[in-house]
Amino acid sequence: MNCEAAQTLVDAYIDGELDPTGKLEIERHLQECALCSEGYQEQRTLKRAVGAGELRFKAPAELQQRIRFALRREAKAETAQRTVPLRWFTAAATLAVAALAVLVLLPLSRDRRSDDVVEREVLAGHVRSLMANHLADVPSSDQHTVKPWFDGKLDFSPPVEDLKAEGFPLVGGRLDYIDNRPVAALVYQRRKHFINVFIWPAVSGAATGNKAAERQGYSLFHWTKGGMNYWAVSDVEQSDLKTFVDLLQKAAAPAKS
Amino acid sequence: MLGEKDKLARFEQTILPHMDAAYNIARWLTRNDRDAEDMVQESYLRAFKFFDAFTGVNGRAWLLTIVRNTCYTWLQQNRARELMTEFDEEIHSGEGDAWNPAARLLKETDSRMVRQALEALPAEYREVVVLRDLEDLSYKEIAEIAAVPIGTVMSRLARARGRLKRLLCDRIKGESVR
Repeated sequence: MNCEAAQTLVDAYIDGELDPTGKLEIERHLQECALCSEGYQEQRTLKRAVGAGELRFKAPAELQQRIRFALRREAKAETAQRTVPLRWFTAAATLAVAALAVLVLLPLSRDRRSDDVVEREVLAGHVRSLMANHLADVPSSDQHTVKPWFDGKLDFSPPVEDLKAEGFPLVGGRLDYIDNRPVAALVYQRRKHFINVFIWPAVSGAATGNKAAERQGYSLFHWTKGGMNYWAVSDVEQSDLKTFVDLLQKAAAPAKS
Repeated sequence: MLGEKDKLARFEQTILPHMDAAYNIARWLTRNDRDAEDMVQESYLRAFKFFDAFTGVNGRAWLLTIVRNTCYTWLQQNRARELMTEFDEEIHSGEGDAWNPAARLLKETDSRMVRQALEALPAEYREVVVLRDLEDLSYKEIAEIAAVPIGTVMSRLARARGRLKRLLCDRIKGESVR
C-alpha cells in the first residue's frame, strides 16, 4: 500500500469499516511510514475530540410529550375513519342481515370507491404536493436514482420512465397515501406545470384503457397496466396530459410487483 | 387488518425510542432548536402515516431517513442558497490530499471549538460526521439514510474530517495569536 491509498483509507480504518485484508495492509504501511502514522494519530485525535465533545443533542422532554400526544390523536383519527356506527345494529337478526348485505355489496362499493373517492384522493394528493411545496422526497431527473429509492419503502417496485426527450422531464419521486395504502408518486414537468403520476398494485390484474376525467379545473387519467393502477393528474391542457399518458404507456416496461 | 391500537403500540415500541437520534440529526441540520423540534414532530407524524411500509428491520435508520428527507425539504425551501453554495462534491474533491500534521494543535481543542467547527461544515459533510461519530451508525446505514453509495459515504467522511481539522487548526492558531 502506498501513502495515497493509506490517506484515502485511514478514516475507514479508524471507523473499523475496512475488510481484514485492507486492515492488514494499512497497518503494515503505518508501521513503515512515519508521515502516514502521524496522520493516522491525528485523525484519531480528531475523531476522539468529536466523540468526546458532548456534541449530541437530546430531545427536550416536552417535545417527547408533544409527539406522544400527537401520535395518540393521529391513531384515534385513523380509528374513527374506519369504525362503523354500531348503534344501528341493535338486534342480532338485523346484524345477520346486515352482514349478509355487506358481503353482497362490498365488491360493488369497492368499485365505486376506486372511481370516485380515489379520484378525489388523487386530486387532493396532487394539490397538496404543490401547496406544501413538497413535490419530491427524492428530487432527481434520473430514473435510476428514483426507482431504487422506493426499495424498502413500498411493497412493490413502480416502473419509472424518463420522458425528457418528449418534453416531460422527470422531476422526482415521493411517497404518498391513497386508497388506504402507501403509493408511489412520480412527478413530471411540462413547461411550468407539474404532473403527478400515482402508482400502486391493482386489485384485479386485468388491464383497462384510459378513463379521463375533469375535476375542479384539473385533468385526470386513470388506467391499469401490468398489474398496476395508474393515475395521472395535472392542470395542463387535457390534450397535453393525453399525450403524456400515451407516451408513458408506450414507454412503460412490464411492471414487477 | 392491523388494529390502530396495535399499530400505535408497535410504533411506540420500535420507532419512538429513537427520538434522541432524530432530534440530534435534525438539530445539526437545521442548527436551531425550534426548527429541529418542528422537523422531528413532522417526521414522526409522517413515519406513523407510512408505518405500514416499514419492514421492521432497522427502526432507527428508517426513522432517520424520514427525518433527513424532511430536513432537506425544509432546508431547500427556507435556506436553499445555503445548501447550494456550501457544498459541491466536485469542487471540494481536491481537498485533504496531503497530510497536514497538526496533532499537537488538535489536542488543544475544547468542545466549544469542535461544536463551532462542525456547525460551519456544509450540511452534507456535517451529517456524515454526526451520523458516524455521534450516532455510531455504520457506513452501510449512513449510505441508506443519505441515499448514496457506501463509497460516497467513505469519501465524504474523509473530506468532512479533513475540513473539520483545518477549521479547528485555524481557530486554535487564531486564538493563540490573540
